[in-house]
Amino acid sequence: MSATTIERPRAPGRRLRRRRALVGWTFILPNFLGFATFTLVPVLILMYLGFTSWNAFGAAEFTGLENYQRLLADSTFHTALLNTLYYAVFHIPLTLGAALGLAVLLNQKLRGVAFFRTVAFFPYITSIVAIAVVWNMLFSPEAGPVNQFLEAIGIANPPGWTTSTDWAMPAIILVSIWRDMGYYMLLFLAGLQAIPSELYEAARIDGANAWQRFRNVTMPGLRPTTFFVTVMLTIGSFKVFDLILVMTNGGPGTATLVLSQYIYDTGFVERDFGYASTVAIVLFLICIGVTVLQFLVNKRRDR
Amino acid sequence: MATLTLDPPSTDTGSPVNRGRAGRRSGLHMVGRVLLYAVMLVAAAAILVPFVWMVTSSLKNNTQVFTVPIQWLPDPVVWQNYLDIWTKANMTTWLRNTLLLSVVITFLQVLTGSFAAYGFSKIRFPGRDVLFLAYVGTIAVPWQAYMIPQFILMSRFELSNTLWAMIALQAFGAFGVFLMKQYYESIPEELSEAARIDGLSEYGIWRRVVLPLSGPAVASLSLLTFVNVWNDYLGPLIYLRSPEIWTIQIGLKSLVSQYNAEYALIMTGSVLSVLPIAIIFMLGQRYFVQGIATTGVKG
Repeated sequence: MSATTIERPRAPGRRLRRRRALVGWTFILPNFLGFATFTLVPVLILMYLGFTSWNAFGAAEFTGLENYQRLLADSTFHTALLNTLYYAVFHIPLTLGAALGLAVLLNQKLRGVAFFRTVAFFPYITSIVAIAVVWNMLFSPEAGPVNQFLEAIGIANPPGWTTSTDWAMPAIILVSIWRDMGYYMLLFLAGLQAIPSELYEAARIDGANAWQRFRNVTMPGLRPTTFFVTVMLTIGSFKVFDLILVMTNGGPGTATLVLSQYIYDTGFVERDFGYASTVAIVLFLICIGVTVLQFLVNKRRDR
Repeated sequence: MATLTLDPPSTDTGSPVNRGRAGRRSGLHMVGRVLLYAVMLVAAAAILVPFVWMVTSSLKNNTQVFTVPIQWLPDPVVWQNYLDIWTKANMTTWLRNTLLLSVVITFLQVLTGSFAAYGFSKIRFPGRDVLFLAYVGTIAVPWQAYMIPQFILMSRFELSNTLWAMIALQAFGAFGVFLMKQYYESIPEELSEAARIDGLSEYGIWRRVVLPLSGPAVASLSLLTFVNVWNDYLGPLIYLRSPEIWTIQIGLKSLVSQYNAEYALIMTGSVLSVLPIAIIFMLGQRYFVQGIATTGVKG
């Protein structure tokens, strides 16, 4: 008797909770099935494949750390890693600077400013293939508009751009900044508008000039945005691929070969799935590492 | 032209300090303003030059594309490229495939994404937060890292070299769940609570209360997904081998290899591949901006 009275208020609670979990899962399931099959499972398989030798025909054969030893001695991998770093070292700060500059410039309350924002963002939504094809023509060494312009302002021997080992990467970096800066500008604009205008008002009353206001109000206010943008830019730089694939295909020689393309070439051209997965794990670890670092630094700042 | 609406309501109240100095400042103000416009105009021109060059080159004879000095305006204006390209290349097939994929994937992504987002933001149950962490975590993992095992899996399912592969690849993205969840969390819980008391099931609440309120988020997600699918090059490159299922990006790349010296024709193809996206962007840019701002700021 007493047992049932204790049980009764509990039972519907549990049943309700179970029902709620069931309902929750039915909401998530349609998306989760696709997401798990085509994203989560491949990531898990990747971790295993990195330890195997597999040329796509036979079965994957477990070879332990062999691939990782091969990685250490593989000079093409080293080239790809260095080229990726080269790209990242220039692409990250220059895009950040350009995006921040644009955002501050276009945060003014001026007539027509919306039009300029649209213009700055436009390259980001156009396809990589079209962009790469156009820029390749603009950069063509002989009669290309870029070199004609350089000659017109007095540069006698303009570079060969995508045909030159030294200038192919700078050409790609220039195009990628031009394409990406509008996107990060939008993130900065959203960040700028989250800064309370009273802070500027107070700084002005205290006699701060425009530069001091930028240094002491804008920059600290933008810190979370800047941090997020840096992380996104870093991940974006390490996975850079399609722009390079269309513009130079990794060339001339291996001058613009990056990690993603090395994964692609090893996996889909040479059909060496095992070793390609090992290179992919390196890319995976770099990107996860950057994200975890962001998380830790953010957490420390919150304290 | 539509405008980017990021501006908060005007806060320029003109404090007494400002007003006092207004006379002295207005002259300086004018100069500053003119300078600002000059800088903005130069920047805009520099950003737009490649597009201008693309359009003008497509309206030239092939021999006029590379001239010294540069011929900025086509003279005469040649429309022939826009007629030739339909017979020289399979533009119709490419555009049809791309449009089909973009529409189907966008529909599925919005449907499953908003459905899952409701489960993540409005229903509390054990395991939910761990599951969501798995979603968020994969946003940091580049597709290039797991494209090989994914390709192996797709081949096992015999989806490779079919349009289904592209649907499986893009319709269940974590991004959509993430964007919709951000938005759902801004919808007050009291609304769902009231509907629950009125006897609506959770599915009913999603269908009749939450979804109708999330128009802007649905618009943002739809446009961003549509543009992403339209512009995707790597996915189709790996999965779509047969020419009859090529998308516009693969087609454009093949056009470049096949007619590598027909610059005017190549630029015509580029214009045609960008044009639909440009139009969609002009019509819905407000939603692009909002979508990027919500997913960006929270990170």
